[in-house]
Amino acid sequence: MTDATLAFAGDDPHQLRGMQQSVTHDGPAPKRIVTGYGFWIFLLSDIVMFSCFFASYAVLLGQTAGGPSGAQLFDLKSVAAETACLLLSSFTCGLASIAADMRSARWFQTAMAATCVLGLAFLALEGREFAGLVSHGAGPTRSAFLSAFFALVGCHGMHVSAGILWLLTMMAQVFAKGFRADIMRRLLCFALFWHALDIIWVALFSVVYLLGSAA
Amino acid sequence: MSEQLHEMHDHRDVAPGDEEEIRVGPRLLGYVVGLGLAILLTATSFFVAGTDLVWQPSIPVALVVLAIAQMGVHLVFFLHITTGADNTNNVLALGFGLLIVFLVIGGSLWIMDHLNHNMMPMDQLMQMQR
Repeated sequence: MTDATLAFAGDDPHQLRGMQQSVTHDGPAPKRIVTGYGFWIFLLSDIVMFSCFFASYAVLLGQTAGGPSGAQLFDLKSVAAETACLLLSSFTCGLASIAADMRSARWFQTAMAATCVLGLAFLALEGREFAGLVSHGAGPTRSAFLSAFFALVGCHGMHVSAGILWLLTMMAQVFAKGFRADIMRRLLCFALFWHALDIIWVALFSVVYLLGSAA
Repeated sequence: MSEQLHEMHDHRDVAPGDEEEIRVGPRLLGYVVGLGLAILLTATSFFVAGTDLVWQPSIPVALVVLAIAQMGVHLVFFLHITTGADNTNNVLALGFGLLIVFLVIGGSLWIMDHLNHNMMPMDQLMQMQR
């Protein structure tokens, strides 16, 4: 390569006359966006998996095998309390996100602790409900309807349990390592996960409990 | 904070869950508004499910509509999935996910309903097997 071609190339080799300004690339997206997007895809596939449980529940809704139906079993007061817990925990999780962006460890830990307590309250209510059903002879082995019910609601409960473990991990990581960039990405994913669980619960209490007792 | 701010405004995409707004006041207000709307919709759902005041056959439809509305509220106010240009990728992924969800649920219900219609009643089936 001679000096002449280099000089030419540096000038305007393709006679773009400034057009390249509009076609320049920023390079790869920042890691936060890539991570968040990847986790968003995972959440959507998780929602697709839940849709399979919803579909099997809807198909097996009438197959009570002479056993109790949803309208006879569901206690809407308990469901309302569970809903309140999960909704408020979603809100406190949002507050934790704000506190993390503010780099306020104290507010972050407070909001996360509140989220944890509300999540545990949700699990306790759900555990009590399941134990009540089983002790009344309406366990998952009673009928296809109850199998589908326990599979669907139990799967959501397991997601909440996993979410609480993750939440405690994040509290410990922020305590030990502070608001590092990688920790902030994990927090973004955790917040997405927790809010998505609340969205699934909305579908759950509407379709399973409210439609179940109205029908 | 400034590094992340730079990251968010220098590029044309926004990570799902991230907000364009970075001031605390408006962000807080967003979560409060979302919580208020969600409580309103939830309370309406529970009220509609247990009331005699509305025409009974309309209750399932109302519950489904309220649920979809509340999921929308959660998406916008908590997950910050918006229709903005920086959110196109996130919305497209969501749209594809919803397509699969509707295919799975709608398809299952449709097919299984037809199967139930066409299947012989169980007692007759048992008779034939003797």
